[in-house]
Amino acid sequence: MCENSSKITVLEKYPDKTKSLNEFLNSLPLGADIKSNRGFLISCLHKAQSIFGYLPDEVQLLIAERLRLTLSDVYGVISFYSFFTTQPPGRNKINVCLGTACFVKGADKIFAEFEKQIGIKDGATSKDMKYSLSSIRCVGACSLAPVVTVNDKVYAKMTPLRVREILKECE
Amino acid sequence: MINSFEDFTEYSASVKEKSLNKPEINILVSLGTCGIAAGTLPVQEEFISQIKERELSSKVELTDVGCMGICYCEPSIELINRKTGKSIIYGNVKRDDVSLILDCLTEKDVKGVDVIKKSWYYPETEDATAGLLQAKIALRNTGRINPEILEEYIFNSGYQALAKVLSSMTPKSIIQEVLQSGLRGRGGGGFPTGKKWDFAAAQKNETKFVICNADEGDPGAFMDRAVLEGDPHSVLEAMAIAGFAIGSHKGFIYIRAEYPLAIKRLQIAIKQSTEFGLLGKNIMGFGFDFEIELRYGAGAFVCGEETALIHSIEGLRGMPTTRPPFPAVAGLWEKPTIVNNVETFANVCAIIRKGAQWYKSIGTETSAGTKVFALAGKINKVGLIEVPMGTNLRDIIYDVGGGIFDGKEFKAVQTGGPSGGCITKDYLDTPIDYETLKSLGSMMGSGGMIVMDEDDCMVNVAKFFLDFTVDESCGKCTPCRIGGKHMYAILDKITKGRASDKDLETLRELCQTVKSSSLCGLGMTCPNPVLSTMKYFENEYREHVADKKCKAHKCPDLITYLIDIGKCIGCSVCAKKCPVQCISGKLKEPHKIDQSKCIKCGECFMACKFAAISRN
Ligand SMILES: Cc1cc2nc3c(=O)[nH]c(=O)nc-3n(C[C@H](O)[C@H](O)[C@H](O)COP(=O)(O)O)c2cc1C
Ligand code: FES
Repeated sequence: MCENSSKITVLEKYPDKTKSLNEFLNSLPLGADIKSNRGFLISCLHKAQSIFGYLPDEVQLLIAERLRLTLSDVYGVISFYSFFTTQPPGRNKINVCLGTACFVKGADKIFAEFEKQIGIKDGATSKDMKYSLSSIRCVGACSLAPVVTVNDKVYAKMTPLRVREILKECE
Repeated sequence: MINSFEDFTEYSASVKEKSLNKPEINILVSLGTCGIAAGTLPVQEEFISQIKERELSSKVELTDVGCMGICYCEPSIELINRKTGKSIIYGNVKRDDVSLILDCLTEKDVKGVDVIKKSWYYPETEDATAGLLQAKIALRNTGRINPEILEEYIFNSGYQALAKVLSSMTPKSIIQEVLQSGLRGRGGGGFPTGKKWDFAAAQKNETKFVICNADEGDPGAFMDRAVLEGDPHSVLEAMAIAGFAIGSHKGFIYIRAEYPLAIKRLQIAIKQSTEFGLLGKNIMGFGFDFEIELRYGAGAFVCGEETALIHSIEGLRGMPTTRPPFPAVAGLWEKPTIVNNVETFANVCAIIRKGAQWYKSIGTETSAGTKVFALAGKINKVGLIEVPMGTNLRDIIYDVGGGIFDGKEFKAVQTGGPSGGCITKDYLDTPIDYETLKSLGSMMGSGGMIVMDEDDCMVNVAKFFLDFTVDESCGKCTPCRIGGKHMYAILDKITKGRASDKDLETLRELCQTVKSSSLCGLGMTCPNPVLSTMKYFENEYREHVADKKCKAHKCPDLITYLIDIGKCIGCSVCAKKCPVQCISGKLKEPHKIDQSKCIKCGECFMACKFAAISRN
């Protein structure tokens, strides 16, 4: 199926993950019609990212081959959509809502505080892989604004002073 | 499995009959995203275990529902007495409150538990809207039924509209009905839905598509999510009706990946309906096929624009293309396609069941029906509301919304998100519809409504939206890609006190250029927040430019904190609070702020008990 998979490191390193991605790919009605295959590209990327946590080169290549697209086709789509990432995320994914409701309640200050305390910018991961920091737009809990989520936990009515407390909890 | 119209009527009747034997008390637990974030799950657990422990299951039923709209008092529950039809809503429910509520089990107040409202919801009847501020059509089931149980939807007239069109209507008569109802697109543009369907129906093509736009890009709007989480079947049913009307057999729902709960509930709903023969092949035995698939967005605001959305489903970068051709002529894979918003679809079944005249009687001359708004910002009752078109802002903010948070003064309300504008105090009595909002320099948009008070700086708000659109511009056309960046740069200069009168002029010109020459709606509307704040708050812009002052104290570069030597008693509380240690002084002697180090966080200002720190 994928001839050069023997050389591929990430795929080899995580055989279980690779298996579930392959199972997903096998379940799709892929064929010679590239246009139709392409319609599944974004779904494949979502699936792959949910399995691997990010989209390593080898995974992109595997998807490209199976969908009969070029790697640049695949990469072009990945780079367009902010949801996709080609970098492995940190252990604690900190998302600060910068939607309008949170913004008018001072979310920008909270975001700045996180940037300062962790020492990284929006979209980055700390060197020790402990934190990834992202600004996001409305998590739909506007009544609890300003909102911060860490992994799946929601922190409501945040203040800049509570930033340190949250980072401690992540230890 | 439903194989015929008779099967369906029989099944609906059996659901009604079964409900007669349901427990007397029904407790609705609000389990939308906001409810869960606010901690509804432990409350639900407590109910489950206590109902079991007290052996109450024959008397009390627990129903998980979507968002009730009263997000400000989550976790909230509603207790309904099925016999008397009365109900009571408890808000801010804590785990400990559960036993008190179960002790009482009537529609009475329970001591120590917040009572929000008694019998508050507005049943969907012909005259229900008259005289009441809120009216529920699109949200008719949201927060009232368990979205994961098909029977509950069927009980509330579910799939009756679909049965009606398949059994007794022609595609033409459906389109006529929708046209006459006056329903207009709720996704922003306000295009007449019937007209859109008519265009697509007129195309001669074997393959056509129905797309539901659930991308909900406005950062601060959450009505589409609430409908999908709370009443997914109403959207599926309407999509099938649209499919029958235009001659399509395939629908896609394009939903943001950031809405995992809505996705899950849609998946469940699609599976149930398909298994039951209400979607899929040969629906109810009428020979009509319609299937629905989900497609996920991936965090690009521009993909809410219909041509970009179509390219995204095709697996391409989500860039808009010029219209015409309109999607109704050449859309998804070049086939005739209609794209409608979630809320638009949520209205359709009610219109089919009750008729165009009923729907048209609600709302205003040009804008029929109701509109759902996500009310947020500096308002007491943050939540989801649905009001007839033509309701004025004063009623929305002061009555439904409970007034401004913390007793502050109202300054403006922002509608239409990054494409909209703000409305000021002077226009609070304007009846809200598509036309009036437009004439005020804003727009309906998807229905986000952000309330701002005296502490909000309008230049800063404009900058916030520009930051958003610059970030989200797809980069295909120059006016939006480069013009937006320049506009942002000027706004940034203004908020930092480095702008001149000339900059204001340039900003205004840029706005006009970007507005008139951008390729898609994103670029064409992105100057709106700037133009509208410049129009209504020109003074504020001037103050930033000429006096280098920000009255709302939001722009850090324009604030100075000073310690009044006469008032400072040297308690050193401020120095301890200061996160950058820029306040110094001996105990019991006046302190001093080192301006070169101050980050203008305002901690000292808030901490001082002697009003010795001034903010300018
Ligand atoms: C930049 C941009 C973003 C948009 N975002 C959305 C959106 O999130 N949801 C939506 O329903 N419509 C959105 N629209 C409007 C759609 O292009 C389209 O008009 C709408 O989905 C049509 O459905 P309706 O007629 O039912 O409103 C957006 C338009 C633009 C220009
Ligand atoms: S704006 Fe932050 S949750 Fe909605």
